[in-house]
Amino acid sequence: MKQLMTGNEAAAEAAIVAGCRYYYGYPITPQNELINYMSMRMPQVGGVFIQAESEIAAINMVYGSAAAGGRAMTSSSSPGISLKQEGISYLAGSELPCVIVNIQRGGPGLGDISASQADYFQAVKGGGHGDYRLIVLAPSSVQEMADLVYDAFDLADTYRNPVMILGDAQIGQLVEPVEFQKGPGKNFPKKTWSLTGAEGRKRNIVKSFYPVKGQLEEFNARLQQKYKEIEDNEVRYEMLNTHKADVVLVAYGTSARVCTEVVKKSRKLEFKVGLIRPITLWPFPKEVIRKISEKVQCILTVEMSAGQMVEDVRLAVEGRCPVHFYGRTGGGVPTSSQVIKKIVEIVPDNLADALLQLAEVR
Amino acid sequence: MKALYERPETFIDTATHFCPGCGHGIVLRLIAEIIDAWGIRGKTIGLAPVGCSVLAYNYLDIDMCEAAHGRPPAVATGIKRVHPDHVVFAYQGDGDLAAIGTAEIIHAANRGENVTFIFVNNAVYGMTNGQMAPTTLVGQKTATTQSGRDLVNYGYPIRVCELLAVLGGSSYLERVSLSSPENVRKTKKALERGFKTQMEKKGFSLIEILSPCPIYWRMNANEAMKHIDEEMSRTFPLGVIKDWKP
Amino acid sequence: MNNHVATNITERIVLAGFGGQGMMLLGKLLAQAAMVDGKKVTYFPSYGTEVRGGTAVYHLVISNDEIFSPIIEEADTLIVMNQPSYQKFKGMLKPGGLLLLNTSMIKPNNGHDAKVYNVPATEIASKLGNVLVSNIVMLGAYLAIKKLFPSELILKQLQEMLKGKKGDLFAINKQALERGMSAVESIHHQI
Repeated sequence: MKQLMTGNEAAAEAAIVAGCRYYYGYPITPQNELINYMSMRMPQVGGVFIQAESEIAAINMVYGSAAAGGRAMTSSSSPGISLKQEGISYLAGSELPCVIVNIQRGGPGLGDISASQADYFQAVKGGGHGDYRLIVLAPSSVQEMADLVYDAFDLADTYRNPVMILGDAQIGQLVEPVEFQKGPGKNFPKKTWSLTGAEGRKRNIVKSFYPVKGQLEEFNARLQQKYKEIEDNEVRYEMLNTHKADVVLVAYGTSARVCTEVVKKSRKLEFKVGLIRPITLWPFPKEVIRKISEKVQCILTVEMSAGQMVEDVRLAVEGRCPVHFYGRTGGGVPTSSQVIKKIVEIVPDNLADALLQLAEVR
Repeated sequence: MKALYERPETFIDTATHFCPGCGHGIVLRLIAEIIDAWGIRGKTIGLAPVGCSVLAYNYLDIDMCEAAHGRPPAVATGIKRVHPDHVVFAYQGDGDLAAIGTAEIIHAANRGENVTFIFVNNAVYGMTNGQMAPTTLVGQKTATTQSGRDLVNYGYPIRVCELLAVLGGSSYLERVSLSSPENVRKTKKALERGFKTQMEKKGFSLIEILSPCPIYWRMNANEAMKHIDEEMSRTFPLGVIKDWKP
Repeated sequence: MNNHVATNITERIVLAGFGGQGMMLLGKLLAQAAMVDGKKVTYFPSYGTEVRGGTAVYHLVISNDEIFSPIIEEADTLIVMNQPSYQKFKGMLKPGGLLLLNTSMIKPNNGHDAKVYNVPATEIASKLGNVLVSNIVMLGAYLAIKKLFPSELILKQLQEMLKGKKGDLFAINKQALERGMSAVESIHHQI
């Protein structure tokens, strides 16, 4: 049955459906609907909800429940996610599965409470210390938020790795119809490593400390092997109108919705605009972007940041075609007209007039 | 022939990494003795902190978990909520518990988290070469208080048990020491009472143990024990600080 | 009862008022009805930092087609409940769009390039005995003009939302909806 929900609430309900029974959070706008919903829902399903004393405590409670074998989740928004970085590094280093939702707001510092995509670097390049990776999923609708939360728990358990859902204030607070049908997958490896009391077995230790020389390097090599496997198997993206496209847009989440509108509008023209929407930000869909870059005039990356994902796009393209950037910062969400105007700047003059007309069309 | 003194089964037969005269080995052994005597190895989960006892899991043959510096109370909360019928304890030093992890211990206590905290107070940061701890005595020389801890710059040693006693959620708080065989026996009793409080689901328990660090106290072992009795115990009085019976 | 006209359009509505004037609920009822009616819908709040008394604005898009950005650049309909919101958001309306004003709390300017409906919603609501239903009066007015859904569909959503403890509020909400509908039928609109 379809129901109207915010993206924040949908993330929470999907986590419940996925079997998450341990949620620890700390209030911060614009993700408050999520923590409030969890406080209402967890007792109904016999789960645990704690409003922690800080984001640091919340992520460490997640660490504890994950180590003890539970499906655990926390959520926050940008400044709060910064506080969680210590814990996230430990989770990655201890190979603990969990889900972290970041409903991004404007930064740096206290910034503002409106939508932003300026935590891309933090999410995909590390954020905390050490050589580690998070699996990062970027929903662009409330329904996709729910669907990706199920997948996030499954991926976390499959790879024993923290997974981040990277949303923003718009996806979090947007109300759209959503259905909870998909549910979690099955057949995950049994958590034989988890802390359950060493009854009748050898004891388990959950840790990220390798003080004996050589051990840490060995462990890191194994981590990198795992990350390679994830890169080989878990890349996800959506392509729209990319066949024989002249210009391809690359955008995720909220920006991708705007770019989809640009693609639909431009269908009236001779000039073809396509879109690649990464769904996994890490692993990044670099193969498909590389292939497209051999066929198009240029690529335009659209973000609500000063230009972060565009660096990964450029790394994928490796100079095969020009890569342009259009971004809004500080809570600004690009409009389709703005994106079209940017395309006009970067394409040959004979096409620009037609495009400009399009920018005026609502 | 009857053996009077043996290595507890839960106490792993391995070389120690602790310095000569350190108290950590005694405390870990006491924990192992209780686990053996009560037969709770299979339902006990321990937490090791960051600090000198970071490798506590090298000595106890039970399921154990690492926690980031100061975070054991939060991690223990997460574990205990998954296994409410298990015995969960966190082993923490003074820097871990009373400096970087102050927020976590206060709120775990205030929630009445049904976990036992073993707080080893040696008034110094040992692992990082002897800097001032929140429990460093007034006038005590450390690597970062070269002419002794002065009140103007660093304030007073924090009395953790007294601090936590005012919180509604704390149930059992006792301060003991390792300064003599008699005090070690009292320490074991206190640990037993801590675990018992938890097993009876009576809530938050913390045992503060005054423990010698001869190396960074710049003393020999005997002087260190004397220092606990004559100096440390004056700032940190021994005894049951709180025993709340519902 | 109005006649439900099947439309194949995209309707972009901006709702604005004081926090606490029930704009959230007004939009939610329309969104809920749209969803039940099988339409695509997005509903996006834009908060200030104030919880009560600040300007609350909501962007509601109802369409038969896929909706891209839920943020409205140019509104087909603007429903405003108070003077500050009117001043702040009147520029968002497209030329010739629908402007629904709560004239109990707004002194409108002349010369809007819009279909303007003046509805004294707060007065109508207080005459009914509860000023809090002014939002539903506006909803009634909107339904009578745009005929996006039959009023029965909205009433059903209202009944759902008010079930349980708030059940006895249904009657006054129903009255408010009907008064809103009949209000616009007697109002001459300026173009």
